[in-house]
Amino acid sequence: MSLDVAFWILAALCVGTALAVIFAKDIFHAALFLIVCFFGVAGIYVTLNADFLAAVQVLVYIGAVSVLLIFGIMLTRDPSKGSPAGKLRLPAIVVALALMGVMIGSMITFDWQTTADTSKMVSTEEIAGLLFDENGYVMTFEIAGLMLLAAIVGAIVLVRKE
Amino acid sequence: MMSVGLEHYLVLSAVLFCIGLYGALVKRNTVVILMCIEIMLNAVNIALVAFARYLVPEPPDPVVYSGQIFVIFVMVVAAAEAAVGLALIVSIYRSRRTVDATEIDLMKG
Repeated sequence: MSLDVAFWILAALCVGTALAVIFAKDIFHAALFLIVCFFGVAGIYVTLNADFLAAVQVLVYIGAVSVLLIFGIMLTRDPSKGSPAGKLRLPAIVVALALMGVMIGSMITFDWQTTADTSKMVSTEEIAGLLFDENGYVMTFEIAGLMLLAAIVGAIVLVRKE
Repeated sequence: MMSVGLEHYLVLSAVLFCIGLYGALVKRNTVVILMCIEIMLNAVNIALVAFARYLVPEPPDPVVYSGQIFVIFVMVVAAAEAAVGLALIVSIYRSRRTVDATEIDLMKG
């Protein structure tokens, strides 16, 4: 029951701050709202028994991606412009609402074979076992590391002054 | 009030995804577009974790935890995307003094 209350609070927080990101006048305020949204998503992970992912969410998104975004805002900010919407406002609203209707409709009507069994907790140990197991995802893990290296080198090359 | 189940998480995920989609389509500042893409990726992650939590195949097999593994890889890709995307934006800002997506139209026919 307390988990339900936590879900509703966190869901309202996530949706509210996501809307604030879209409608904030100042880009910097939008970035701060985005950080609160990431915190809300981390809380959602906790309600789903994904404690490791909640920690990674705080580390990667709030610790790294947010700082990177604020850094980008500081380097490129034009305070006179703010964050205006483009010309395609009405079509974008129609597309987003239509997609939302289709997704929610199909998700609610589909008969999911769910289980309420909470004993099936995914521990960090089990994630590590599957991630580094030969029959698991160790190859994908290596490729992900290689891709991060390529991304870092690419970012450095792009912003380097000749 | 019915107790929270898989559908609630999926609906939350869909709502967040569409908010991010609207922002990514409509915003002119490229940094804000990147932020909206991050919201969309987070929405997808919520759906993946919810599936991993609620849809347990029987008999138990290692596939049970795949949802959370996928989320880790999505986070890796999102971090790489943010780094490269911001590097591109800064590099464009240096040469053209703007981050307005409607003014960056060098390749427009």
